[in-house]
Amino acid sequence: MNLPAVIPALPHADRAEAYEQRAFGFWLYLMSDALIFALLFATYVVMAPNTDGGPTGQTLFSLSRAFVETLLLLFSSAAFGVAAVAMAAGKKAEVLRWLLVTFILGLAFVAMEIDEFRGMVLAGAGPDRSGFLSAFFTLVGTHGLHVSAGLIWILVMIGQIAVKGLTAPVASRLSRLGLFWHFLDIVWVGIFSVVYLPGVM
Amino acid sequence: MLGKLTIDALPFYSWVAMGGAVVTVLGGLAVAATIMRLGVRYTWSEWLTTVDHKRIGIMYIMLALVMLLRGFADAIMMRAQQAVAFNSDGYLPPDHFDQIFSSHGTIMIFFMAMPFLSGLMNLVVPQQIGARDVAFPFMNSVSLWLSAAGAGLVLISLVIGTFSTAGWTGYPPYSGLEYSPDVGVDYWIWAVLIAGVGSTLTGINFIVTILKRRAPGMTLMRMPLFTWTAFCTSVLMTFAFPALTVACALLALDRTFGMHFFTNTGGGNPMNYINLFWMWGHPEVYILILPAFGIFSEVVATFSRKRLFGYASLVLATASIAILSFTVWLHHFFTMGAGANVNAVFGIATMVIAVPTGVKVFDWLFTMFRGRIEFHPSMLWTLGFIVSFVIGGMTGVLLALPPADYLMHNSVFLVAHFHNMIIPGVLFGYFAGYMYWFPKAFGFKLNEQWGKRSFWCWVIGFYLAFMPLYVLGFMGMPRRMEHYNAPEWQPYLIVAMLGVCIILLGIVCMIVQIMVSIRQRNKALDLTGDPWNGRTLEWLTSSPAAPYNFAVLPEVCDRDAFHDMKVHGIAYRRPARYEDIEMPKSTAAGVLLGAFAFLLGFAMIWHIWWLAIASALAAAATLIARGCNDDTEYVLPASEVQRIEDGRYEVMASIVRAGATEGEPVAARKPSLERAT
Repeated sequence: MNLPAVIPALPHADRAEAYEQRAFGFWLYLMSDALIFALLFATYVVMAPNTDGGPTGQTLFSLSRAFVETLLLLFSSAAFGVAAVAMAAGKKAEVLRWLLVTFILGLAFVAMEIDEFRGMVLAGAGPDRSGFLSAFFTLVGTHGLHVSAGLIWILVMIGQIAVKGLTAPVASRLSRLGLFWHFLDIVWVGIFSVVYLPGVM
Repeated sequence: MLGKLTIDALPFYSWVAMGGAVVTVLGGLAVAATIMRLGVRYTWSEWLTTVDHKRIGIMYIMLALVMLLRGFADAIMMRAQQAVAFNSDGYLPPDHFDQIFSSHGTIMIFFMAMPFLSGLMNLVVPQQIGARDVAFPFMNSVSLWLSAAGAGLVLISLVIGTFSTAGWTGYPPYSGLEYSPDVGVDYWIWAVLIAGVGSTLTGINFIVTILKRRAPGMTLMRMPLFTWTAFCTSVLMTFAFPALTVACALLALDRTFGMHFFTNTGGGNPMNYINLFWMWGHPEVYILILPAFGIFSEVVATFSRKRLFGYASLVLATASIAILSFTVWLHHFFTMGAGANVNAVFGIATMVIAVPTGVKVFDWLFTMFRGRIEFHPSMLWTLGFIVSFVIGGMTGVLLALPPADYLMHNSVFLVAHFHNMIIPGVLFGYFAGYMYWFPKAFGFKLNEQWGKRSFWCWVIGFYLAFMPLYVLGFMGMPRRMEHYNAPEWQPYLIVAMLGVCIILLGIVCMIVQIMVSIRQRNKALDLTGDPWNGRTLEWLTSSPAAPYNFAVLPEVCDRDAFHDMKVHGIAYRRPARYEDIEMPKSTAAGVLLGAFAFLLGFAMIWHIWWLAIASALAAAATLIARGCNDDTEYVLPASEVQRIEDGRYEVMASIVRAGATEGEPVAARKPSLERAT
């Protein structure tokens, strides 16, 4: 089973098929990740009343803050959409510009979330205070971690586009990043409706 | 600097623990010595960094067999303890006994059965569907090394620190920090978490592979049964493992950061864990057994020399089992307060799932009916399975009745039941697959005599070891007892001990089988690639298959595609010309990710925060570097393909010239070597 000497890869007609398989695989990953979120949502709903005499959502959550966070994330998703359109048109500079906008909006979202978490921990409402807060920090924090990973991914893609241009592999990766980024948006809408809205009601 | 890790973590406290540590260290040295003997450079470039599904499959199975030995050592120690521990402490202190039953279950499920099934899927599925590789070869290597990292954590717990005493299920609140303050449960959590991520990725990989990479003409209803079961198992892996990930991650958060998911105080709710765990745990049972069903289906058709009976019903049964497996998780805790109506729903669902399983048993029986059965060891495993599995299935239906479960839960009746499903069902299936596909992996057949000896030892040992446990369950013996004072239990436990000793003989026979087969391999070479007169496409390739499996992708016209080709005399038709083949390049990223995951787990277990951060960053950097790499494939030129294929045809032509080799019925499948025009 000795392999012969390696020669450089050639462009191949099956490329498109390979990218399609990657997209399908990525959808499967997203479905599996969605299940993780579904179980964290379920855990949160079960544990929301378990405040152990500690602070409740009513005193901790600020609807206006959550609303601003929502807008940041939704607009960053929209910005990614514009970047995707620019990519389809092959406009490299525009793709880079809109990815940067996406990144800044996402970064602002993460910054607001960290600030919210910091304030809660300082007020004695950290994740070790009660079952409710454990579930809150874990659900929202898992989403925040995903967004942070997405931010790193955006930076990597900005670098790839700047260096390699809009080549086929880069475009295929960017399309999967798009799926990921919009998916996180949908999860956040769930968090807003299941965590923050009922929390302040 | 080293977190909670001090010199006290070394097992100087008991001679048994010390012995385990010494054996583990010697095992590690043996692996290192083997690598040195093969050559570090060769091992690294040809095996550790490979993305070839066949080699990944072989490494998975090697991992599984090593872990089988470790898990079996735990089993024989438990049986020995219980055989002598009537009104005495036996030779194992309670804490050590608890570690042993916890690691036995954890190893057998996560690090024996899972790698075994991933290995068989890797080895066989791409060849069975006429593909050149899996959809994501690099991710495949990541899955392998994540499994290996998890197994490594379990193994090293024997040397540094202790393992969990909370059983393989790790139920809180006992597994929480309050009652299990040492690192044992953390070892369990991180081993299972890391390996679990690997399994999820394997699931995704094989769904895409099976749905998108089938050879032309292979419709879904022409897929071999093993591919069908691998597909259903992959779906279950992808959608059940997230529940395990969540359960373990939340338990880790409780233990590491003082959260209150499953604690008794602070608003925690231990029942949540039990639900989450079994939402994965029940589908997991079918993740393990469905591929075994697939293997039995392949073996029974091949060695009965008949088309599989009731193919469509087998596919439907497999799919229904896969779906129903998500609806029965609560039967693992009928007694934990769900209430009569909920219990009734889950009890009925559990009994319903026995129906498609029963259908399968009849299909296998009818496949054998009027067949020309050849008693190859794989066929013996299959027969042993059918008989034993029906017994286990019936005790399962008994346990599915909530009122009966109230009497028998947590007793050794349950232990007997699930071993009755998993040893003859899962393990015999994987052994059948191992002996059936071994020539495909290595190019020579395993010695049948020793295979048969091994089978008889296993099957007799199994009955002796577990039938007494059914009786003991009725007599009221709880599971996991370190010692006891009921004199009437001891004779049964001694018989069970005897049974495990006979199983040990079975394992010895398997080791002898490998050694004898390697020594006599020249007498049992598989030169055609089709040693059993097989029916499915994996027998069309050479043994071992060329790196690209198929020089030309086969055209599938029938369910038993290869059999059909042989009947029409076109199986070995030479193509007019060959084309360049694009192949994935080997990469170190997979094995590096595994190493970093191992370090991350180890650091989280011992609270070595700098190491945790460093290894997480290193893993991220590896992923990013890999993600920026556009040069991941190379081209195997047509001339090279031609050279490899010509070599194969030359070998086959020599077989035809020789007429027959060693009594092999070659005439029945004489390769036809005409060049296509």
